[in-house]
Amino acid sequence: MFVLDTLIQGILLGGLYALFATGLSLIFGIMRLVNLAHGDFMIVGAFAVLVLVEALGLPIVFAAALAGVAMFVLGYALQRLLLNRTLGKDILPPLLVTFGLSIILQNGMLETFSADTRRLSLGPLSEASIPLGGGLAAGVVPVLTLASAVLVILFLNWLFYRTETGRAFRATSDNPEIAQLMGIDNNRIFSLAMALALVVVAIAGLYLGARATFDPLIGPSRLIFAFEAVIIGGLGSFWGTLIGGIILGLAQTIGAQVSPEWQTLSGHVVFLIVLVLRPRGLFPRSVD
Amino acid sequence: MKNFSNARRQFLKTSAAAGAMAAAGLCAPAALAQARTVKIGYVTPQTGPLAAFAEVDQFTIDGFLQSVSGGIKSGGRTFDVEIVVKDSQSNPNRAAEVAKELIVDDEIDIMIVAHTPETTNPVTTICEIEEIPCVSSVAPWQPWFIGRQGNPGDPATWKPFDYTHHFFWGLEDIIAVFLNMWNQLDTNRSVGGLFPNDADGNAWGDPNLGMPPAFAAARFDLTDPGRYENLQDDFSAQISAFKDASCEILTGVVLPPDFATFWTQAAQQGYRPKAASVGKAILFPSAVNAIGDAAHNLSSEIWWSNVHPFSSSLTGQSAADVCESYESQTGKQWTQPLGFVHALFEVVTDVLKRIDSVNDVEEVSAAVAATDLQTLVGPVKWDGANLPPFAQKNVSKTPLVGGQWRKSDDGLFRITIVDNQTYPDIPVGGEMQPIG
Repeated sequence: MFVLDTLIQGILLGGLYALFATGLSLIFGIMRLVNLAHGDFMIVGAFAVLVLVEALGLPIVFAAALAGVAMFVLGYALQRLLLNRTLGKDILPPLLVTFGLSIILQNGMLETFSADTRRLSLGPLSEASIPLGGGLAAGVVPVLTLASAVLVILFLNWLFYRTETGRAFRATSDNPEIAQLMGIDNNRIFSLAMALALVVVAIAGLYLGARATFDPLIGPSRLIFAFEAVIIGGLGSFWGTLIGGIILGLAQTIGAQVSPEWQTLSGHVVFLIVLVLRPRGLFPRSVD
Repeated sequence: MKNFSNARRQFLKTSAAAGAMAAAGLCAPAALAQARTVKIGYVTPQTGPLAAFAEVDQFTIDGFLQSVSGGIKSGGRTFDVEIVVKDSQSNPNRAAEVAKELIVDDEIDIMIVAHTPETTNPVTTICEIEEIPCVSSVAPWQPWFIGRQGNPGDPATWKPFDYTHHFFWGLEDIIAVFLNMWNQLDTNRSVGGLFPNDADGNAWGDPNLGMPPAFAAARFDLTDPGRYENLQDDFSAQISAFKDASCEILTGVVLPPDFATFWTQAAQQGYRPKAASVGKAILFPSAVNAIGDAAHNLSSEIWWSNVHPFSSSLTGQSAADVCESYESQTGKQWTQPLGFVHALFEVVTDVLKRIDSVNDVEEVSAAVAATDLQTLVGPVKWDGANLPPFAQKNVSKTPLVGGQWRKSDDGLFRITIVDNQTYPDIPVGGEMQPIG
């Protein structure tokens, strides 16, 4: 029974990590940009939802949708006005700029919202669970998290493989120079990618803020798990990112059953093993 | 250059006064009345993960400056007071760095520091080296005293300090408070422990010096699954361990987001203990309110509250007055550090009233050691009461009682004191209630 419980909890945890990682996977896959402010943008997303709920009294679903639109605009402007200027042969400038952004976002939120701990309240739903028999139960919010991760990935796969924009995304990812020769405006594609990524980030922020509490400085703690899920899954593959998240989640819950001291560590160990055996991850799409 | 010109102006002023005195041929008190400005340095974590502690600073400093706006009278002279505040960014290295800046660049006369060992320890260590009198608080005394020793593992080598004094409570007080609260309830005496792999978690969970031996002596069984890393998203291993051992009591020293994750997941998995007494996680009302309805009757140690029967030696305000004025001025609920930051300024003011010259660090430190003051957080007196011999010189213990968070009519959670066996003067507002 308790083996089953560990597996269920691990898979549900993996759903959360996959949701954290998908936005990162999207921009890393297309423009090789390592966004060190990714975790902080999740918190920005969570605060955006919170402000809309508290200031306008919107139901949380509408607030989240509106926050998603706001994050789309923010992402587009951010890439267009700032990050596009840092992209080039050298990978260091975008790293440094997003690192700086991370610090600015944290302290900006600290100034605006104070150090108070906040939560996106789902009412009785937050503690509800689905009984699975034999004393097992799956929390409703974790199940919703996993379902959202799957839906987000289904949508992104449709966008990437069934639409013209998606073709442009893939072309730019494979070879930006030749894509440009074919008349694709790389800067616009990059800006769209960042805008989409921040929408996904807002969804991740919604669940991060609803499943527990958050404060302006908690973002970076989730960054490493997002990176690990992307790398385990392989660059450029969204399903890979989901599998990567689930592998990481399972490694952590199984490790924690051995001893809580092993919880974080076993996740890192599995990540290193994958990195040694399959340096490009389990399901890499691109060929660089 | 600024310092030089200040000193020069000071010199000119003093010699002018001396000249005037010589001319008048008598020692006029008026010439002595204006002594130089005393500079107080204050290191506090205004940004970073500990920033919630420092939210009471601005209110307290404003109130203090107002109460001493006419200067502090000591014997025949009056000290003007200036406070230089520096942000530790919640980082011990940064705390040490700004402490040095305060001493070397700002030339402070006396240091105060508060808010967790991460802030107090580096600052008090620098003060001890630089021979600057320092008063600290808001860190349990064991990590403050033992953590600063060259060899924390060997009590024979522990030495008292000359320039640094601390007031707060210790682990033994938390243990007593928790046991008293649990004994009010009818439970199976099985306790689940959530101890992270950090300084607090290791100290609380230490099998020899922490909570386990004290629980065993009081006939409580502890289930300790092991140290976990801070900021987890899953606590299923701990929850299943506590369910297996049918722990009706939960304890630990947990970060606020981790406790919210644990408590929510535990509810989803059908685990609800009768008592949950945790440190750190539910210190601040914002964290408790964020947990929501499930926070009702969570319990913890209470350092200070609006019903504590103490009043300020600076303003005469009672604890209730201070809390009320904080809430009306900031629009936020009062927090426990409020009383202690206020008390730090009370102690410094009291010390300044009892010294002849602020330039003589030995005299200032002796005055700190001789403090016997009724403050907003209770009596502060470095007489070594209820302390082991090694810590008696530098530590003064403040009272600790137990309380529960309960939802009040306005929807906000507030503290109700439920156990005062450790300090009967503090009134209880009710009995310990089981959760659920």
